[in-house]
Amino acid sequence: MTITQIKSDMKEFEPNIVGFLCNWCSYAGADLAGTSRIQYPPNIKIIKVMCSGRVNPMFVVNALQQGADGVLIGGCHPGDCHYQHGNMLARRRIAVLKTLLEFMGIDPRRVRLTWVSASEGRKFANVITEITEDIRELGPMKKIKRVNVW
Amino acid sequence: MNKEEIEERKITNSSKLQFAFYWAASCGGCEIAVLDINEKILDVVAIADILFWPVAIDIKYKDVEEMEDNRIDVCFFNGSIRTSEQEHLAHLLRKKSKTMVAFGACAVNGGIPGLANLANREEIFNVSYLDNPSTANPQKTLPKTTVEVPEGTLTLPEFYDEVKSLNQVIDVDYYLPGCPPHPDMIMTAIGAIAENKLPEKGAILGPLKSVCDECKFEKTEKKIVSIKRIYELDFIEDKCLLEQGVICLGPATRGGCLAQCLEAFMPCTGCGGPAPNSIDQGASMMSALASILGLEGEEEMKEEEVEKLIEQIVDPVGTFYKYGLPTAIINRKVQE
Repeated sequence: MTITQIKSDMKEFEPNIVGFLCNWCSYAGADLAGTSRIQYPPNIKIIKVMCSGRVNPMFVVNALQQGADGVLIGGCHPGDCHYQHGNMLARRRIAVLKTLLEFMGIDPRRVRLTWVSASEGRKFANVITEITEDIRELGPMKKIKRVNVW
Repeated sequence: MNKEEIEERKITNSSKLQFAFYWAASCGGCEIAVLDINEKILDVVAIADILFWPVAIDIKYKDVEEMEDNRIDVCFFNGSIRTSEQEHLAHLLRKKSKTMVAFGACAVNGGIPGLANLANREEIFNVSYLDNPSTANPQKTLPKTTVEVPEGTLTLPEFYDEVKSLNQVIDVDYYLPGCPPHPDMIMTAIGAIAENKLPEKGAILGPLKSVCDECKFEKTEKKIVSIKRIYELDFIEDKCLLEQGVICLGPATRGGCLAQCLEAFMPCTGCGGPAPNSIDQGASMMSALASILGLEGEEEMKEEEVEKLIEQIVDPVGTFYKYGLPTAIINRKVQE
């Protein structure tokens, strides 16, 4: 590989993805992917939450406003929630948020909800690869200027 | 009111408080709200003089420009900032006033004019002046800031690309939310001003509770399967409207209005702005509404079925951000 090739490769857009993963399933799944040494793109910044139901739509819009190109929310499979139905709350909230994002001119594909259990390290790696490629295709998120915070 | 009169007022009423009212991008309802305090207006007039109030007093901008700085004690500013004229007056009144109060939902959060942030200037002009079926504009004239005519140059204020709340333009001392603010809130605020008992700068002059807290309807555990418009409702009296399936922004909205809309059996639309300790009213309401929208056997449902349930919310921005788009986290349409 020549130096110019490397340089042009570096110019390629690297998505910045924020992941809210639930403590009991998805985060453990990410852990498993790590301990099993499964390769996946390094574009995701993971934030551990106790439950996907903890993810307020405000977290997602805040992430997008502060420069994330995509947001991933990971929870337990339906019926497996550690808190009985927190993941169902997350599903509805993210669905409502997606309708709003569409109105605001933001591609709803930038936000993705997924179910990954603690034993699904491979699936976790696949999801990260998929979302990274999807966001790469969508391109960088347009900057949203916020005048003041109060 | 001419200059001598202003001078005269300065001498005769020096002990009285000097108030100013101004309207920017607003409907005028806030001006009327000032008079909604009814006979108490006499108490206000007893302690205060009104120096500037374009809707009621014949006074020109240049009279304000000629005042010395901090001449006005309290300026009540209603309306959001849409044009350069409004921004100029906001800056001017800030300079001339000791205390600046953002009065009403438009000044506090951007209000209904703020929904124009879903479009830009070009789109708004196209709809208003060109594409509207009832508009005849063969020369395709659009508002310009200056135009040359034989008699000289005519000017118009610049129409901005976006709507801003007052605190995005100038430094605001206090906020009085509501569309319009409830008379009790206005009187409390004026009382605090008169007794010099104002809270610390930046405070919202309203109670620290949500509309639900003031609403008299009976609230039990909520679970709704479908969203209804108010006309579709078989109304059960004294039961929470949200529980009956109507989107009511009570849980996400700051109170102080004594839940007057709900007394008239209409749902809260959120004019009070975000509830205390929340920064984004719409996100809070989305979260609250999605929590109670539920079905039996949901865990077996597919994504599409959930989406169908959510599709019942036809206008998410107009529902969740009716009065506060310019101060929301995502404050305008992103042109991707």
